[in-house]
Order: sequence, then structure tokens, then C-alpha cells
Amino acid sequence: MAIIIDYDAGNLRSVQRACHEVGLKADITADPERLTHAERIIFPGVGAAGPAMRSINANGIGEALKAAIARGTPVLGICLGMQVSLEHSEENDTDTLGLIPGQVRRFRFDRSELKIPHMGWNEVRVIKPHPLLSGIKPGDEFYFVHGYYPCPSNPDHVFAVTDYEVEFACAIGRDNYFGMQCHPEKSGRVGLSVLERFAKWDGTC
Amino acid sequence: MLSKRLIACLDVRDGKLAKSIKFVDTKDIGDPVEKAREYYLDGLDELVFYDITASSDRRRIMLDVVEAVAEQVFIPLSVGGGVRSVADATDLRLAGAEKINVKSAAVLRPALIAECADSIGNQNVVLSMDIRRVAPGELCPSGYEIVINGGRKPMGIDALAWALEGERLGAGELVVNSIDADGTRDGYELKLTAMISAAVRIPVIASGGAGRPEHLHDVLTEGKADAALVASMVHYGDYRVSELKRYLHDRGLKIRMSW
Repeated sequence: MAIIIDYDAGNLRSVQRACHEVGLKADITADPERLTHAERIIFPGVGAAGPAMRSINANGIGEALKAAIARGTPVLGICLGMQVSLEHSEENDTDTLGLIPGQVRRFRFDRSELKIPHMGWNEVRVIKPHPLLSGIKPGDEFYFVHGYYPCPSNPDHVFAVTDYEVEFACAIGRDNYFGMQCHPEKSGRVGLSVLERFAKWDGTC
Repeated sequence: MLSKRLIACLDVRDGKLAKSIKFVDTKDIGDPVEKAREYYLDGLDELVFYDITASSDRRRIMLDVVEAVAEQVFIPLSVGGGVRSVADATDLRLAGAEKINVKSAAVLRPALIAECADSIGNQNVVLSMDIRRVAPGELCPSGYEIVINGGRKPMGIDALAWALEGERLGAGELVVNSIDADGTRDGYELKLTAMISAAVRIPVIASGGAGRPEHLHDVLTEGKADAALVASMVHYGDYRVSELKRYLHDRGLKIRMSW
């Protein structure tokens, strides 16, 4: 059983459907109380960092999430839900949760043929083993949609990278927290396999 | 590096799959949910559903189709046809669509693009454009004109100007659909696609005219498209999704090959 955090940030039911597909029962809730007893937590999100953090701060989700992480609850952040785990985002110049040291920066390209947002399928290249990435093979691609990307300051927190003009961290983690820039719920069977492993993950790596 | 996308478009009328030739004489060709699942398992990168149901009281059927597909297809799902308001877009999003396509209603009321972008995010708003060739003139200097209502009504709006306006208003992606090429299987309109793709900084999906694998290759290279949309090529069983992807990959394009 997992809790999907609802903070007005997008595709929650897509995530829920994908969880059900891999046999992980998942409830969507905005109630911070339920994070306290959650067996595992998914922190999804599509949208902008500013409004997302306002929503997270307004209803106590941020504190509840930090407490759950401190207790060792396995947490999976997806897209914006991952970006807010760093300390600061250039998007709306927003201070974020600070679970992982580092910044979220905007793609800036001089080469005009590269489009923003980075939208579509791209390779997730595993650079350090992690239980949630154990089945990912070279060449496996995930679906991305984002204009900002995470830059953790400690390389130990980076587990996989993707190239889009710059090489950026697309999977980051620390202890029982793991976050992906791409959307496992929209990345076919390769993506579903991440959720499947998350369903069984004990939070160690 | 980002892969080029292969997208299949399913025209749905009253809950059934339909395919039109030059936008007239549509005929039903099967169950959209079944087709969607088949393509997904065969490596499709993205799905587009277009609701061509005539009567508005039967639109509920479309929401059911989207919901049924979203239950079993785990790739991006884009839906359009008759989206006139943020409420329409929200209904489709709740049913399971990521992206919402706006077309005729956005031409008639461009603010719809900005309203949808504000509500569901730029990246989820796809501006779909039906375009026909015309003699370049004062109204349409690019030589391409926007048409609406399934290709029946010319609007006197320049296609290139409309693409730029759509981007400015907040569309996250463009579908360039050539009415002249649609259903002909003679290939995409490369010049049109390349012209628009070079002018905007959002992804461009080429549509209309695909008949052979080399057409896809041409539009993804010479046509500068980020994605190629197919319909009859795969619906009638002439080609498999995986076969098209293999072909493009073997011709040197970056294509997602494991799924």
C-alpha cells in the first residue's frame, strides 16, 4: 500500500493507474496525517515549483514528508515532486524542501534547434547501482517533459544521467528517498518496472 | 539525445475507430482500446485520440474510451476533438489524457490556448493545425492557410503566423496536418513541416500523408519534425509499429528500441 501525495500538481491518477498495473495499491490523499502511517510514499507532480511549494507549505505536507523520510519510509519523487527535494529552484526563484543538497536549473541553449521543454523519450544511463534501477539496461529510455533539471551538489546522490545538450542527473537519491526526473508511469514496461521494484523496496541502497 | 517519436492517431467516432480520407467518407475499422493496447505493446511512443463524434450528447463515450485506454496503456496519451473550454480539457485530463489537443475552437477563439496552458501547463497543450496549400498572397504570405471544421472551412489565416501565435499563447507542441496530403499515402508535406519547425522552439508533430516507411524518415530529417504521426499505415495492418521503428533506427535515426 502506497500513499500518493495530492498537492494540486497534476497527473496523480496516471501514477495511481501505473501502480495498480504492477500490483501496488495506492491511495491519493492531501492529508498530511496519512503520511505518518504510510508504508511507502509517492510524491508526483507536474507544474511549476512556486505554486507547488506554496501548496506543500500551506497544508503541512512538507513537514510530514520530512518526518516520514526521517522514520525511514521509502519515498519516490517524480518530476516536479523530485525537483522540490533539492534546496532551491530557479523556477519562480523558489526555496524547496532541501532533502538533497543542490539546485534546480533551467535549460539554456544557444543552439536554436534544441527545443524546450525537453519533451519525449531519452536514455536513462545508470552510473551507480540502486535497487530501483536494477533492471535498467543500456539503451532503455524513459519519457521526459521538463524545462528545469536537478543539479545535486554531492555526486554521491546521482544514480543515473541523461543527455540533452548538457548531461543532467535524472535519478537522484539519498538513503530511503529516491527521485526521477522522467515519468516511470508513462514510460512503458521499463517505467513500470521501476514502480514494481519500488513496491518491494525496503528503503536501503 | 532525445529520440524521434512515432505517434499513432486513432480517430474515434461514437466510441469506434474511424479513418477518413481527405476528411470525408469515414468508415469504422475497429475497437480503439484494443488497437491502443496492441500498439503500446509493439513499442509505440505516444497515442493521439481524436474524437470526431458529430453529436455532443455522445461525447461521454469518448471519456469512457480514454479512461479504458489509460487503464492499460502506459505511454503519453493525447486527446482532442471538440475541446472548446478549460472544462472540456479538464474532463479529458481526469479521464486519463496527459495532453489536450485544441484545433478549430482555438482558431475561433485564440485565448483558449492561453486558458488551457494556465490551467494544465504549457507542455500539455497541443495546438493542432489543419493546413492547406494556397497561392501566396496578402492574407497568407507563407502559401499555407489554416482551415477548420474538418478541412471544410478556409479561414484566411496564414499557417506560419498562426503557428507562431500559438506558441506565443502557450502551446507546448504543434501538430502540422496537411489537408492536401492527408489520406493520400504519398508522403508528408515536407516543405510546410520544415518551415514551421524551423520557426518555432516547441516540438512539431508531422501529420497527414504517411504511406511508406521512407515518408517517416523524410519528415523526421528533411521535414525537421520531432515526431511523425501515422494512422492508416498501421491501422490496416500494412505495417507494424515495431517494423517502422526498426526501419527508422536502421536508417540512423535516434529511436527508442527497447520496450
